Amino acid sequence: MADVSTLNTTAAGIDAISRGLVSGPRGRKPKRVLSRRNIMLYGALTVAALYYLLPLYVMVVTSLKGMPEVRLGNIFAPPMEITFEPWVKAWAQACTGLNCDGLSRGFWNSVRILVPSVVVSIAVASVSGYALANWRFKGAELFFSILIIGAFIPYQVMIYPIVIVLRELGIYGTLTGLVIVHTIFGMPILTLLFRNYFASLPVELFKAARIDGAGFWQIYFRIMLPMSLPIFVVAMILQVTGIWNDFLFGVVFTRPDTYPMTVQLNNIVNSVQGVKEYNVNMAATLLTGAVPLIVYFVSGRLFVRGIAAGAVKG
Amino acid sequence: MAKSVPSGRPNHLLRNLNSKIASIPMILIAVVIFLGGTLWTVVYSFTNSRLLPRFNFVGLDQYERLWASSRWMISIQNLAVYGILSLIFSLVIGFVLAALMDQKIRFENTFRTIFLYPFALSFIVTGLVWQWVLNPEFGIQGIVRSLGWESFAFDPLYNPDIVIYGILIAALWQGTGLVMCLMLAGLRGIDEDIWKAARVDGIPMWRTYIFVVIPMMRPVFITTLVLIASGIVKVYDLVVAQTSGGPGNASEVPAKYVYDYMFQAQNLGQGFAASTMMLLTIAIIIIPWAYLEFGGRKRG
Amino acid sequence: MNIRAMTAILAATVVLPLGAAHATDLEVTHWWTSGGEAAAVAELAKAFDATGNKWVDGAIAGAGSTARPIMISRITGGDPMGATQFNHGRQAEELVQAGLMRDLTAVAEKGKWREVIKPVSLLDSCTIDGKIYCAPVNIHSWQWLWLSNEAFQKAGVPVPTNWNEFVAAAPALQKAGLQALALGGQPWQANGLFDTLVLAIGGKELYERVYKDKDEEAAAGPEMAKIFAAADQARQLAKGSNVQDWNQATNLVLTGKAGGQIMGDWAQGEFQIAGKKAGTDYTCLPGLGLNQVLATGGDAFYFPLLDDEEKSKAQDILAETIVNPKTQVAFNLKKGSVPIRGDVDLAAANDCMKKGIEIISKGNVVTSTDQLVSADTQKQKEDLMSEFFASTSITPEQAQERFAEIIGSAD
Repeated sequence: MADVSTLNTTAAGIDAISRGLVSGPRGRKPKRVLSRRNIMLYGALTVAALYYLLPLYVMVVTSLKGMPEVRLGNIFAPPMEITFEPWVKAWAQACTGLNCDGLSRGFWNSVRILVPSVVVSIAVASVSGYALANWRFKGAELFFSILIIGAFIPYQVMIYPIVIVLRELGIYGTLTGLVIVHTIFGMPILTLLFRNYFASLPVELFKAARIDGAGFWQIYFRIMLPMSLPIFVVAMILQVTGIWNDFLFGVVFTRPDTYPMTVQLNNIVNSVQGVKEYNVNMAATLLTGAVPLIVYFVSGRLFVRGIAAGAVKG
Repeated sequence: MAKSVPSGRPNHLLRNLNSKIASIPMILIAVVIFLGGTLWTVVYSFTNSRLLPRFNFVGLDQYERLWASSRWMISIQNLAVYGILSLIFSLVIGFVLAALMDQKIRFENTFRTIFLYPFALSFIVTGLVWQWVLNPEFGIQGIVRSLGWESFAFDPLYNPDIVIYGILIAALWQGTGLVMCLMLAGLRGIDEDIWKAARVDGIPMWRTYIFVVIPMMRPVFITTLVLIASGIVKVYDLVVAQTSGGPGNASEVPAKYVYDYMFQAQNLGQGFAASTMMLLTIAIIIIPWAYLEFGGRKRG
Repeated sequence: MNIRAMTAILAATVVLPLGAAHATDLEVTHWWTSGGEAAAVAELAKAFDATGNKWVDGAIAGAGSTARPIMISRITGGDPMGATQFNHGRQAEELVQAGLMRDLTAVAEKGKWREVIKPVSLLDSCTIDGKIYCAPVNIHSWQWLWLSNEAFQKAGVPVPTNWNEFVAAAPALQKAGLQALALGGQPWQANGLFDTLVLAIGGKELYERVYKDKDEEAAAGPEMAKIFAAADQARQLAKGSNVQDWNQATNLVLTGKAGGQIMGDWAQGEFQIAGKKAGTDYTCLPGLGLNQVLATGGDAFYFPLLDDEEKSKAQDILAETIVNPKTQVAFNLKKGSVPIRGDVDLAAANDCMKKGIEIISKGNVVTSTDQLVSADTQKQKEDLMSEFFASTSITPEQAQERFAEIIGSAD
């Protein structure tokens, strides 16, 4: 330890590393890998990573144990005997009431809710954000402010008014109704992100297009859309996560044959038949979280880039 | 924002027509749902509606009862403690992690994915997992005790005095990754020259962060604040999944009071009164700020 | 509208003679998802399917508090289910008044419900303005103490025969490293425990003065002070249960980790599913062994008003099926509850159920608090009790003061 730390104590050295050396090409091994600074840096990151990984570890490990082993009590111990039975049970056999077909029942329902809800909510929010950023009209900011305040209203409070509105429109209990509900509650944050993103694009592009005589929709489709992949990825990630994980709307605005997966998850986790089957609960939890997790793992890099564009410029 | 006003059209209403048409959904949502729904809620908070909304005005009765309720007071205190701590910790942890990540480290993708993945999980899942990790019998406390430290006590979910911190731990786990991402994005937007200049002037790194970089990241902080704050006010699922408001009433929050009284107690009036108080608080904090932030035309 | 009316008439003429000639799907929502409960629902579904219709199960887990808002939203939102569970009492009152529920009077008259349903108060709480709107399905009572024989054996003391003996035996249990009283953390459980103490220790008269007459003075009086003292004892015995769900608490008793639990007769179903025998593995004390009176509440099915004529017919058939003696026996044996009619043979019932049936047939019953006070009052009581049971910082005197206030403003 001591000799390593003496290697590098000057401020200049620290700065040199911080602004360049370490990030050099992968092939070239930086000389001062074990500097005190690096130990602290990676040490801190690793400790933080452990905090974030611990619950996932517990979930995975538990879901692979049999119930007798779970009852032994050490949730951090790796399984002595790996079993996939909890996964099978969670997916295909766990009961709620009379239906013993686990989460599988809800999976396709969730997909059926997810796809149109994500598409519609993003389409509406992106156009609104575009209008707010590039085509302001009188009062637009007022509506936008209301929308932002709407982000702070607890969903539960809005259930009654929305039930009434949907009833009056005659679409209560239909997929259309549910898509509208998801669009409504996705609006505030998404519009904010799109508005910021479009505002951050070079003004010259917009001006040039205007001079060429392009209109509202032309500019949107020909210029803005092709440049907006990162922010669309962000919006998609946020919406996929939010809608996939939604329980309240999924259960209030649908019926049993179209319940999303989260309703089954709630049912499995909350309907205790004798002893709580923690292993099945954990497997069910992981299965339900799988879709948003995969989306994250696949598009994580784009997410940061998109967030950068949508949030940095206000 | 001068770019946004196309000039020289004769008719005011027709000016920018496409933009107005395109904004109809947004306007409808803002006016009909958020504004309309809010007004509707406020109006009915002055009635004695039970299971179904009824126009039977009782003045301020619901509010008197609300403020006399010990559960409501506990809920508010909890929200205050939870809100302030969660705001501070989210920003600090998020920023520190982002600053660490911004040191051109190796495995950045791996670390980022690790910090961010909890955000993909719902609060229900978060609550369940942490309920488990914090379980005194076989969670952290049990493990530490089995290692020989018999008197070790860490049972936040079963101790009324500290239960709100148990919820906070879970909330930070779920949400700080996103804050980190936002902050990281903000840091990436800072010009490299700023750093060079600071170095030339011999300003220590931490000072550069606090006095130069953070002020430059104002927009990021604002987006982050909206996200964190709206999450704090709405906190409900997490509490339900983790503690159901217990032990006793120790971890109750306002959103849960609203929901329980609207649907379990079948006293809509009382629930609406509680939610009106929530909205009022939000409005007092947010409206002046939103006006400054979005109402003016100064920024772009 | 015209077309709908015509099809309705057509459907009616076609279907009339044969009843339901072909299967009609009827969606039924309920919150029965624990082991014993699900087995009981399966009996209902089986009986309904046997009539040529189809039970579409809409179970929503998480007890009534999760399920009820969903049910109410759907009924008021204009997309009602075919039938739905509610607790007996006043939960559906306003839905009926708003004209959203189906009038079952014709079915009830045909089945002579008024004569067969015992106690008749169950039917009374289905009756609004002289019309019947729900089909009661079972009788539940809260006033039971469930004891683990194994736990008392371990502690080396005889199994208590009443609450006082239980309290006296508690130190021995604790010495043996066992939980004395199991109590789940959900508010309704503390509340139910308290009401049980009121009836079992305070007696029928006090119970009715407080909950039926809503007498604030009685609620603040010395007799109630005794109840609060008992509740104070109970909360100390219950300390350390660290479970949420009622059946997890029952599970502590079932596995001999806890001495006893005060819980409604639905706990019976859990013992049954686990293959435990009344008398040898566990002991049940109705009225806590002190006062053989039960408060009869329970579940009932309500039927939202539907446009679809065939579904309406199926609703009637389901209502009939629920009250049918055969279904009653099959359902209640699994559920651990008492049938709503006195004329069924329950030879198959176990000792505990028989004790309950005997008390009810003797007429030693009072109406449950769910029927006597509104959900709002019930919720306020729950808030108070869960706070009281969770933390010793609130004294019995303070709790009683707040209790009296709640009763004073109760409706």
